[in-house]
Amino acid sequence: MTTPTTTPTRDHVELRSGAYADSVTLLQVSRAVQATPGVVAAQVAMATGLNLEVLEGMGFDIPASSPNDMVVALRLDPDADVSAALAAVDAALAPTRPTAGDTTVAPPRTTGSALRRTPPGAIALVSVPGASATVEAMDALEAGRDVMVFSDNVPVAEEVALKQYAATRGALVMGPDCGTAVVDGVGLGFANAVRPGRIGIVAASGTGCQQLLALLHHAGGTSEGVGVRHALGVGGRDLSAAVGGLATREALRRLDADPDVDLVVVVSKPPAAEVADALTRDTEALGTPVELGLLGRGQRDLTAVAEAVLERLGHTAPEWPVHGTDNTGPATGPLLRGLFVGGTLCDESMLMATEALGPIRSNIPLSDDLALDDELLIDAHTMVDFGDDALTQGRAHPMIDPTLRNEQLARAAADPATGVILLDLVLGHGAEPDPAALLAPAIEAARRDRPVPVVVSLVGTDLDPQGLDAQRDALVAAGAEVHLSNASATRRAIQLIEGAAR
Amino acid sequence: MSQPTVVTAGADMFADSVAGQAVDVERVDWRPPMPGTETDLATVATDPRRPEANRRAVEAMLGVTAHLVDVAPASEVLGLEKGQFLHAGPPIEWDRTSGPLRGALMGGAALEGLVDDPEDAVALFESGTGVSLEPCHHRSAVGPMAGVVTPSMWMWVLEDRATGRRTYCSLNEGLGKVLRYGAYSPEVLTRLRWMGDVLGPLLQAAVRGTEEATDVTGILTQMLQMGDEAHNRNRAGTLMLLRDLSPAMVSAGFDAKDVADVLRFIGGNDHFFLNLAMPACKLALDAGRDVPGSTMVVAMARNGTDFGIQVSGTGDEWFTGPAQVAEGLFLGDYGPDDANPDIGDSAITETAGIGGFAMATAPAIVRLVGGTVPDALATTRRMHEITLAENPRWSVPVLEFQGTPTGIDVTKVCRTGILPQINTGMAGAVAGVGQVGAGLVTPPAEIFPKALAALAARAASA
Repeated sequence: MTTPTTTPTRDHVELRSGAYADSVTLLQVSRAVQATPGVVAAQVAMATGLNLEVLEGMGFDIPASSPNDMVVALRLDPDADVSAALAAVDAALAPTRPTAGDTTVAPPRTTGSALRRTPPGAIALVSVPGASATVEAMDALEAGRDVMVFSDNVPVAEEVALKQYAATRGALVMGPDCGTAVVDGVGLGFANAVRPGRIGIVAASGTGCQQLLALLHHAGGTSEGVGVRHALGVGGRDLSAAVGGLATREALRRLDADPDVDLVVVVSKPPAAEVADALTRDTEALGTPVELGLLGRGQRDLTAVAEAVLERLGHTAPEWPVHGTDNTGPATGPLLRGLFVGGTLCDESMLMATEALGPIRSNIPLSDDLALDDELLIDAHTMVDFGDDALTQGRAHPMIDPTLRNEQLARAAADPATGVILLDLVLGHGAEPDPAALLAPAIEAARRDRPVPVVVSLVGTDLDPQGLDAQRDALVAAGAEVHLSNASATRRAIQLIEGAAR
Repeated sequence: MSQPTVVTAGADMFADSVAGQAVDVERVDWRPPMPGTETDLATVATDPRRPEANRRAVEAMLGVTAHLVDVAPASEVLGLEKGQFLHAGPPIEWDRTSGPLRGALMGGAALEGLVDDPEDAVALFESGTGVSLEPCHHRSAVGPMAGVVTPSMWMWVLEDRATGRRTYCSLNEGLGKVLRYGAYSPEVLTRLRWMGDVLGPLLQAAVRGTEEATDVTGILTQMLQMGDEAHNRNRAGTLMLLRDLSPAMVSAGFDAKDVADVLRFIGGNDHFFLNLAMPACKLALDAGRDVPGSTMVVAMARNGTDFGIQVSGTGDEWFTGPAQVAEGLFLGDYGPDDANPDIGDSAITETAGIGGFAMATAPAIVRLVGGTVPDALATTRRMHEITLAENPRWSVPVLEFQGTPTGIDVTKVCRTGILPQINTGMAGAVAGVGQVGAGLVTPPAEIFPKALAALAARAASA
């Protein structure tokens, strides 16, 4: 990106050492400042290597700095007032949190300090950068408290160390890299608002958990007594060989001991075979019945797991809702393009599509030989998880910042080989306040030149802050076909591609 | 699991989201750690030995009661020989010494008769013949400011009766032109000789003649509730010591004029008790030494050139950086240019959780060190962010009797960037000047990442 020479602008760059705000806040600050009259471009960011690259890419000249400096980089119209722009920066950065009654007590600086100030039973939610997450999480475990590590990019060795220590303290580590939990009705991280009930969920998968929450909540609208007591996200790697299900075991122990839980469901990304076997044996020893929904070749999809849960509770699964089928015409090419924010949804779709269409190339491939390199759009069926660590390094999760996926959506739509685009959109606590407002225009633009079928699995509930219906309607109006079930959406996409091949 | 309070560290949106569900949220004001420490912090945080090691170090420290058991010359109790000099802070060679340490060594050489004129001692120390320098800390001792100890100086002897361990400190000379601030004029040496001839022997008789050995830790408990923080204010502690020792002093059979002189000297020196507070702190902290995996600081000390710390989990290794100049108030016409960088073993008080860490309990001196009462409360509260425990014996009435912040954790300093707050006197930069002021100072930040790296290296190989 360079500055067009036709419109002269001037740059204002300043370093603020000692200032700090998290990347999500700074993203919002940058957006707010960009909206100020006279500001052509604005980037307020910590001077990390990655952010400096972005700034240099924007054509800003950044003086020598350290990662602990905050950079304020503004590109202004020639006659714009720099002080007005800086005032907008300061206003956007000003803390909005309510001040405590006793202003002489400074806020805690570590998780440990905060836990000393709160009543027993408090739990910790850690979303600091991955390199610092373990340290904060250990504070909670040392205090014998449960912790949810939302942060991604936590080294697996540190995850193992945290969970081994937690086991000695009888504490539960939720996460890392699986930002979903509902603890006694309170959603932590990315979580859907659901009807309370007597089902317990253990999820080694964030969006897998959210899919299950959304489906069970929908079914609960007609089946009395279906609801969720706790959903404990244990981290996307918990059932890997390295971690060995340490947190899954503790979560199962908790739910088994809870007299208000009648049935436990375990959902997971494809687990390590030996870990899955051991887990199966362990669950048989529990007093509470357990429905295992571990994704994998030849295993049930998440929707089938939800249906089995309903059946076990004596209910018949409802028809899973679909809207906007009229929007969808035949596939416009031979290839399926899946662009996901949810890793488990991506896994589920890949497993289903592989069976029907053959190998799927991905950045989170089902086997190593199917891995994509830096180029995400190639001449094969592709499915990309934009929530994967490698694509979130130095930026916010795609549920918060959809820029990268929207760019890829435009590229996929422009590729004549693209036959169907399969997307997910996840609602709930922690997600964008109006994600459809960002995705719908991208879908509309993608379909402008030729009507590529866009099939969306919209994971959410009518209790979510965004409102399921409004989000769905916006997507349908933009030309998408919208499913509540990702399996149902995937099946539809496969069917369209198969139709084109015939 | 029932409707919990949620502590959040990280993105505000998640805290907002939880608060939006009508749940109590305590937000951590999280900021990135000291540059380059992330990996070492994670290594040390996940060192499986650390939590238990810190618990043990803290417990050992808090379990110590220091009793005053004797007063005797350093030659007897430390085995110090002529030509051996102890000094404050981490090890240092003569050619790197600052003015006040030089002045104190020169005066000490004259006191011991190694030279007639203190000025002649410069050549002696330059040659190095027959003289050696060693930190007080290496001999179970501590010394305020320059901390120079020579064989003829009389020492307080404190003992932990549970283990028999002892620590030592010289007798306090008072303020102004004194050896520990680098002054070595004839009046300084005259006073030191009187302390050796009269004060030391009388205190020895008094201590040995006092039936119940004075509980120095107990006096610290009381003085913290009487407006002393036991570093820059020791007024209540000094008076309580006098109360304990006076009967035996009077009945020890010494010349009445000497007894009166001694009582007048102690009563006129508000800092007399500092030299008991310091070895009491050292006695406690030494109990926390050498616990593998512990990240607790067991000594902070300065020699006027370097600021050094020692950490429980890294043995006797010193982690050093340049000593800083204190900010505060100056005596007379002196100003910041006259002050020497920070000096003395007295930061052992902050290491143990008093001094600057107990600032909230000593509002009377906040202006001496250039602050306000709210600053004092905030300082003590801030120190809780970097410490492992609260000391149940040392409590602060104005903070609802909360225990003082005790046991500095290297990892917490690196995580928060909050540096230990030290109350201190300021020595003149030029040898011979003496005290020029008092104020507040912090260690150089870089010594904590250095210590952290050493802890991480040991954790990785454990």
